[in-house]
Amino acid sequence: MEPISLHYDVSGTDFTCAGEASGKIKKTLKELGFPASLTRNVAIAVYEGEINMVIHGGGGVIDVVITPECISMELADQGPGIPDVALAMQEGYSTAPDNVRQLGFGAGMGLPNIKKYTDEMIIDTEVGKGTTIKLKVFVK
Amino acid sequence: MTVDVLQKELGLTYLCGESIANEKEIDGCYCGDLLSWVMSRAQAGNVWLTVMGNINSIGVAVLADISCIILTENAALDEDAKKRAEENDVVILTTSKNAYQLAAEISKVI
Ligand SMILES: Nc1ncnc2c1ncn2[C@@H]1O[C@H](COP(=O)(O)OP(=O)(O)OP(=O)(O)O)[C@@H](O)[C@H]1O
Ligand SMILES: [Mg+2]
Repeated sequence: MEPISLHYDVSGTDFTCAGEASGKIKKTLKELGFPASLTRNVAIAVYEGEINMVIHGGGGVIDVVITPECISMELADQGPGIPDVALAMQEGYSTAPDNVRQLGFGAGMGLPNIKKYTDEMIIDTEVGKGTTIKLKVFVK
Repeated sequence: MTVDVLQKELGLTYLCGESIANEKEIDGCYCGDLLSWVMSRAQAGNVWLTVMGNINSIGVAVLADISCIILTENAALDEDAKKRAEENDVVILTTSKNAYQLAAEISKVI
């Protein structure tokens, strides 16, 4: 199988579109015949990253490369960056505003979820410049 | 057990997805309203009890392989959420009971 590359633009304002990229990635993996549990893990990780880009990052881009051995993902935004990554990675830490919390976000579980559902997670962030999250899920 | 059987046993009301409820196999149940929390803890096949009837709940249900959403205490389902659910084959039911009462009933039948 040739590597498959997918690219999505994520809006920085529209919550109703959030979940679109992760939904499409999930559908693609399913059609390619990847196991249901791996597909679910990838979908949840991308969804959390996608939502963070909308809520915190002002939108961005998602790139996915699929090979038989590994699903690699890169989520990049040019938002405010994360000042303290260790703090942001803690379960329960959230700076989500009230209007977003009313929609059910802001548990402070998104980044921990990404960690939980992937094999590799690298956060590259700079205050004032943006955040790039690189993820890998290996096909075992 | 499939969702259509649960619906009949507990007298739940369909908001959408009635025609596909017999294809949705149930494996356990999860209660919660914080979306990332649900993404972290709910298992594939779970019935999901929540008061969150917005479009983001539909995304969670699809991505986490939830068997159906049950909106407790007559919580409202947004119009755009209903549309998204129909497009994505998500079954949604409603009840006047609260999550505790309904979960107790579910645990007796599944
Ligand atoms: N792309 C990003 N750009 C800037 N800040 C971010 C980004 N992603 C996460 N953060 C910061 O890290 C915190 C923790 O993120 P996390 O996803 O774990 O929780 P949350 O988004 O606040 O709530 P939840 O994901 O549970 O709905 C956020 O509140 C925010 O301050
Ligand atoms: Mg988040």
